[in-house]
Amino acid sequence: MTATLLKEASRGAAVSPGRERARRSRRRARIIALLFVFPALLLLGALVVYPVLFSIGRSFFDASGTRFVGGENYAEMFRDPATLKAIRNTTIWVVVAPALLTGLGLILAVLVEKVRWATAFKLLLFMPMAVSFLAAGIIFRLAYDEDPDKGVLNAAAVSVHDAFQGTSTYPTARARDGQGLAKGADGSYRTSATASPGEAVTLGLVGVLPDDLPGDTEPAYAAAGQKASPGELRGVVYLDFTPGGGGEQGKVDRRESGLPEMKVEAVRAGKAVASTTTGPDGSFRFQGLDDGSYTVKLPASNFAAPYEGISWLGPTLVTPAIIGAYLWIWTGFAMVLIGAGLSALPRDALEAARMDGANEWQIFRRITVPLLAPVLTVVFVTLVINVMKVFDLVYIIAPGPVQEDATVLATQMWLVSFGGGNNQGLGSALGVLLLLLVIPAMVFNVRRFRGSQR
Amino acid sequence: MMRRRTTLLTGCTALVLALGATACGGGPVSAGGGDKALSGQTVTVAGVWSGTEQKNFQKVLDAFTEKTGAKTQFTSTGDNVSTVVGSKIEGGNAPDVVMVPQVGVVQQFAKNDWLKPLSKTAQQSVDANFAPVWKNYGSVDDTLYGLYFKAAHKSTVWYSPDALAQAGVEPPKSYDDMLKAGQTVSDSGLAAFSVAGQDGWTLTDWFENVYLSQAGPEKYDALATHKLKWTDASVVEALTTLGKLFKDKQLIAGGQKGALNTDFPGSVEKVFGPKPEAGMVYEGDFVAGVARDQFGKSIGEDANFFPFPAVGGGKAPVVSGGDAAVVLKDGKNQKAGMALLEYLATPEAAAVWAEAGGFLSPNKNVDLASYGDDVTRATAKSLVSAGDSNSVRFDMSDQAPAAFGGTKGAGEWKLLQDFLRDPSDPKATAAKLEAAAAKAYEGQG
Repeated sequence: MTATLLKEASRGAAVSPGRERARRSRRRARIIALLFVFPALLLLGALVVYPVLFSIGRSFFDASGTRFVGGENYAEMFRDPATLKAIRNTTIWVVVAPALLTGLGLILAVLVEKVRWATAFKLLLFMPMAVSFLAAGIIFRLAYDEDPDKGVLNAAAVSVHDAFQGTSTYPTARARDGQGLAKGADGSYRTSATASPGEAVTLGLVGVLPDDLPGDTEPAYAAAGQKASPGELRGVVYLDFTPGGGGEQGKVDRRESGLPEMKVEAVRAGKAVASTTTGPDGSFRFQGLDDGSYTVKLPASNFAAPYEGISWLGPTLVTPAIIGAYLWIWTGFAMVLIGAGLSALPRDALEAARMDGANEWQIFRRITVPLLAPVLTVVFVTLVINVMKVFDLVYIIAPGPVQEDATVLATQMWLVSFGGGNNQGLGSALGVLLLLLVIPAMVFNVRRFRGSQR
Repeated sequence: MMRRRTTLLTGCTALVLALGATACGGGPVSAGGGDKALSGQTVTVAGVWSGTEQKNFQKVLDAFTEKTGAKTQFTSTGDNVSTVVGSKIEGGNAPDVVMVPQVGVVQQFAKNDWLKPLSKTAQQSVDANFAPVWKNYGSVDDTLYGLYFKAAHKSTVWYSPDALAQAGVEPPKSYDDMLKAGQTVSDSGLAAFSVAGQDGWTLTDWFENVYLSQAGPEKYDALATHKLKWTDASVVEALTTLGKLFKDKQLIAGGQKGALNTDFPGSVEKVFGPKPEAGMVYEGDFVAGVARDQFGKSIGEDANFFPFPAVGGGKAPVVSGGDAAVVLKDGKNQKAGMALLEYLATPEAAAVWAEAGGFLSPNKNVDLASYGDDVTRATAKSLVSAGDSNSVRFDMSDQAPAAFGGTKGAGEWKLLQDFLRDPSDPKATAAKLEAAAAKAYEGQG
């Protein structure tokens, strides 16, 4: 012990006592620094570095974790159509969501600055941040529901559509096959046989609930029995179904109702020459027709299916729909961050521009945005990282049948590892892929931070 | 399975609520002059039940206590029994008895060497009270480990008697009749069936019923253990048969798109809700619970069932599910645990829960009078007689690895949903099913 001390002292003396002291104190400072950092390093090591390394190692083993498979999991990953879809969807997310959010946040931040109740407004927009992803997911799952009675978005879509288009009287009605009525390509029905003035026809339809019939409906039996007078083509449109069964198909039975308010056309040589509407007992007549043979047509407008709204959670729209829910949650965040950057902008630059006669749009384009660029980048990159790990919204909003169409890397990773697949090897490989994708954004962010510190 | 469990639960809650009055009329069940030989011991039991089901099972446990003097303690494991029990065993805190809801899990436990074979007394009791098929489902490699205490009947088609009367049709006896009856119902203005396509498991149940009846129990067993490939002609035929129903817009409420948008409670609502859109809905006995609990229907009057009809020349299928009681080797009071199993094997134990409602027993010696209403009695009778004729089969998707038969958005669930969306190519669907099954069974073994 003494020997070393002596040796060091002698060597130190050889250099210079002042420098030696400085080096020693620097070393001590470093040791102290290490001591202080140690707990943090330990935590980081245990909670971040070790799991990352473990996942990387695990990704080279099979589902049971005992057999080394090399890169097989990675190959499998890119063979699996579900993973490819997840990669595609994650790309869509990363491209669309952060850009939209930053843009929206910027616009809102600039606009909010100019309203009187700015704080209240900001608070309102920021509020979704306080809602958990799970709760938000459940809310949007309901809002997007395809049934207009449940989903508010489709309720709106349907009521707007119906306000302009109106609804048909008999959306469910149809003819039985082979009983005198043929269905056209557009959904209309026409008689397969022709009729001439002086004849009567019966047009039987089924598939209408008695409760859905208009209130003044009367049985069609009497009307069906009437003979046509000369020069008149008449007939009856009736519901060819006796409640409780027992009726004869293709015949107007006593208890069968007429179908009122049905549009009927007489068609000759492909052109509608007359049109009328059925009465309460389902009867109609065309008078003053030229002699010849006609087909009787029930136009498609009688049967138009009700507008069912937009299939938000169908395979095509599900990802945009979930991104919409994500926007709802995160817009407030982007707005507040950008707003903070905005309030730190040098006012003199803005005022100078105003003095020089720039209009608001020019100020926004030429001054606000360039000055805000650092903040915008931070928000953007943070959101990119955030979007990569989106999981809960996708898992909750996407219904079972379209789950695969909505899947992203994070959900896929979970599904493969724990959600039934129980293949943690493949799951780890997916985790590693996700890590590789996040790293560039991370590095970029760290560089920026370092740059701004200098 | 997870979904099924919860629906089962709501179903049973309903049944129990409604049957409360009748159950009380039955009077306290005599446990038969207990000798209290196990006084001072505590049997711990784990199972998926919670809420009303747990409360009713507790009645059974209490009857056991009264008879033997052993105390009981029930813990609810939540949906994932195997994970919970596995971690409890590792932690040295294993329960004595576990109620296992899947055949596959019983096998998994047995392979891990966690299970104690049933005692002689319990085995004799099983031989005397249960059909051999239940014994088979409780056995792994010819050793009997599991005792099926509670069962579900998944071959019941529920209908609204009003709708069928309005259309003038009778409950059909064959699959073709059912489609024909469906056609008539749809002529009357209601869609024939409401299909819960958003929940994949209802579609697997549809398929299983058709397959069991059409291809027969032997092939069903082979397919369930993946000894038979899904590309087999019988699978394609069953899919084609099912496709006849799925592709007909008139037969399914809302067409294929509407069906894919309907979850299980929604499908019951479409038949028994305030605005009926369909006349019939197929699912297990737990439909009755939902119809009664959520929509205030009186079972037997506003809602009734007919057995899933026979397909082709086959016998009418009876697909079932159930909870098996097993004794763990690592339990502290295995002896008392085995005594509990011996008790659960008796008709009187089943009668306790049967009177409380929301319960079917595969035990053939349970007095049918113990069940609270005629409809439950009918399902119980059908289940027991199917056991006697050795034709009852356990839900196939519950026997398969979860990756294939029990995962939302993957495997059989997803592929049958795709098939519902486009039923035009059963062969391609069968090929995809085989590919998914091969992968899942390989991952398991």
